[in-house]
Amino acid sequence: MIVAERKPLEDILKYVSGRKKVLVLGCGGCVSVCLTGGEKEAEILASELRIALGKAGHKPDISVRTVTRQCDREFNETVRREIAGADAVLTMACGAGVQLLSGMFEDAEIFPAMNTTFLGANVAPGTWEENCRGCGQCMLAETAGICPIARCSKGLINGTCGGTKDGKCEVSKDMDCAWYLIYRRLKARGRLDLLMTVRPPVNWARSSAGVKRTMTRKELA
Amino acid sequence: MSRLSESLASGKFTVTGEIGPPKGINIEPALHEAEEYLKGRVVAVNVTDIQTAVMRFGSMATCHLLLDRGIEPIFQMVCRDRNRLALQSDLLSAAGLGIENVLALTGDHILMGDHKEAKPVYDLDVIGLLQAMVKLEQGTDLGCDSKGRPNKLDGAPKFFKGCCVTPCADEVEPQIIKLEKKVAAGAQFVQTQAVYDPKAFGEFMKKVSHIKVPILVGIVVLKNAGMAKYMNANVPGVNVPKKLIDRLAAANKGEEYKVSIKIAGELIREMKGMCQGAHIMTLGWDKYVPDILAEAGL
Repeated sequence: MIVAERKPLEDILKYVSGRKKVLVLGCGGCVSVCLTGGEKEAEILASELRIALGKAGHKPDISVRTVTRQCDREFNETVRREIAGADAVLTMACGAGVQLLSGMFEDAEIFPAMNTTFLGANVAPGTWEENCRGCGQCMLAETAGICPIARCSKGLINGTCGGTKDGKCEVSKDMDCAWYLIYRRLKARGRLDLLMTVRPPVNWARSSAGVKRTMTRKELA
Repeated sequence: MSRLSESLASGKFTVTGEIGPPKGINIEPALHEAEEYLKGRVVAVNVTDIQTAVMRFGSMATCHLLLDRGIEPIFQMVCRDRNRLALQSDLLSAAGLGIENVLALTGDHILMGDHKEAKPVYDLDVIGLLQAMVKLEQGTDLGCDSKGRPNKLDGAPKFFKGCCVTPCADEVEPQIIKLEKKVAAGAQFVQTQAVYDPKAFGEFMKKVSHIKVPILVGIVVLKNAGMAKYMNANVPGVNVPKKLIDRLAAANKGEEYKVSIKIAGELIREMKGMCQGAHIMTLGWDKYVPDILAEAGL
């Protein structure tokens, strides 16, 4: 899923300072699953804003709505009227949701309440870990299901560097060396041949480092 | 042909040194050290490339200045700071300046250095960098024209291509597999991470006996017991045995350097028969290189 963290309250307060009618718009998608931008979190943000603004002597009208997914036009249509009636919209969606909303409602002032961080998985209660960089050329079949682009701090594709110690990466004793994990798993499977294969340079043009990517399915268009 | 490649091809035990450019433009002291203590005593001198991700004077320019003083350089290149256009362009520039020896390295992560907010590049990994050098030597590059045909160079360079390995890594098999790949990608010589355990190095050399490129054992001069302990705790793949730390700790104050010289010389002497050369890294103590070589019996 897409993992996002809520911005600090002081940053969000700057967006809504002096506004009279604020809409906090939660998203029922990924940010709801990672417990940072769903219905409940939208209510919490609204309460925090009411308290903080109230202390400063401001009492704007703050309402809350949550849509199924802000990255789909049809769901955003359901809050067209509320958006039109607000002089500031704080969206709790990832960057994709913020941009789709901004594109659909060009007259509205739409602000991000979140910092979108990574594509990750819920690896332990309360912990999400980055494990995909969307490089557009998945090599997980050759790396025992461990992505070196996302999980090696240097994104190396041909095995470990000299910075691995006790299975950890040189950047932090808390970070596993992805190539150590790949090596252990491939060795256990008797597939070290996959580690021995020389991989040519990555085609970054297909990745997020290239130009904006678009996927079109003609049968649906 | 570079003197380094000639020396290694002749089968002579080959010694290389290393200098690190300064943070600033005051390059003269580093050049002076190389001229005074390394010239004529080592075959070639490595120049580190933004070592440990601490921004500093450039490797290529330093290599060029060494050449001006009649010292053969080994141009270290890391993959951290340049994409494939810049790496290949710098390789051409280096060749144009008369630099032949290039040591391809991954490069310490930016988080190890003094510009932690910088964007790490690693467009190519070290295998890709070696492949790029081979392509350039063949008169082409990593790109292609609009019809998918390889680009043609107007004049091709020639390099003596090196790489590194960590012989005493806690898990050595992945290091050896990576070394095999580096050699398959074009590496012609190897300089190792610091080794302090001749027995472990001997075992490593047996495991890589199928890899037919010369290996120069890495000797990092231990300046004192504190440095040795620090390296054990923080530098991956480095293991200073307790008996060496004890010897450094027992040295009279102000005379640690004598023990440092002795240890470095002994290590070279003990490992001389196992490999094709030694790469001495003094971290600013180049003035002791003549004594270390004497101690090593070279």
